[in-house]
Amino acid sequence: MTPHRARLLLTLVVVAGVALLVVAGLQNTLTFYRTPTEVLHGATARVRLGGEVVPGSLHSEGGFTRFRLADRTSQIEVEQAEDLPGTIREGQDAVVEGALDGQGVFHSDTVMAKHGNEYQPAQTGEGDNR
Amino acid sequence: MPKNPPTPLLAGPRAAADRRNVGWGAAGLSAAGLLVGLTVAPADAVQGQAQRLMYLHVPAAWTAYLAFFAVLICSGGYLVWADPRWDRAARAAAEIGLASTALTFAAGTLWGRLTWGVWWAWDPRIVSTIAMFLVYLAQTTLRWSDEDGHRGARRAAWLGLAGFLIVPVVHFSVVWWRSLHQQATLLAPNVAPPINGLMLTALLLCVAASTVAAAWVFLHRLAVLETCAAVDSPAPRPAVAAQP
Repeated sequence: MTPHRARLLLTLVVVAGVALLVVAGLQNTLTFYRTPTEVLHGATARVRLGGEVVPGSLHSEGGFTRFRLADRTSQIEVEQAEDLPGTIREGQDAVVEGALDGQGVFHSDTVMAKHGNEYQPAQTGEGDNR
Repeated sequence: MPKNPPTPLLAGPRAAADRRNVGWGAAGLSAAGLLVGLTVAPADAVQGQAQRLMYLHVPAAWTAYLAFFAVLICSGGYLVWADPRWDRAARAAAEIGLASTALTFAAGTLWGRLTWGVWWAWDPRIVSTIAMFLVYLAQTTLRWSDEDGHRGARRAAWLGLAGFLIVPVVHFSVVWWRSLHQQATLLAPNVAPPINGLMLTALLLCVAASTVAAAWVFLHRLAVLETCAAVDSPAPRPAVAAQP
């Protein structure tokens, strides 16, 4: 590689690095999601909300999937107009992207199932709690 | 061009055979890892079969960390001794690290699609990993940034030292910041890692396989770079047939 080309490539790498930091800043990378309590206390714009899918709250009807996401102190009703990924389960964490409306319902368009760092085989004959 | 003495790991009558044996070791470990990972180890209760991508994703990420650590050592060596052999080793290690990072991404994005439900997220782990890739891309490129090869290599070595700071940032990004990516299972202060024994066996086999495979590629790449640098070896090699 000639020095000229190397410097050109280096410039591109630096530009890509700056672009990465800008996008990461705009996308709130360092706080990838907000907890239900944080969202209830003043998030009106589009935000990512993360918490535990409350057991018993997950159900689908008419093309919508509804469930509640909770942290230790608050819960938020989530309405999602798409299919959920197969791994989202009650009792597991999930992150949704969308906004809270006036009635306190969070309208999401993206659901991400968060999974833990535990790896175990399925228990035979047991339900899917955990 | 200054004449260089041969590189320790590559010189000697048995070097090529040793290298081949390392290659066979890597192949054997990979076969064992694949066998255990794909058939013996159970599928995960929550993630199902997709969890098996761990046996590619985690070893690739580990190899990238290891390769960048090698870049750190070799960069230090070059700054101290200014010997082109250290620079070639740093270059080979950085190339392996970049390829491993790319492989980590390929396996990770698929795993993310299957378990998170998205190909991509602006998650701190993912963003910091791209940053790591860019740092080492710049590190490799800096080598050619000057007409004087030694000055370019010195610049690359300085970035090889400083750039390693990003590796702990990548590793601890899931602890320091709120992320979608889960925390570490093994490389974490944890007496009893929360993983099934057979899965752990498969994972460790695959980590060993990728480590040995990386060592093999490293030696191979080093030999190629040495040939390119026209190093004179103690037993003169027969002249390579000229291109037609």
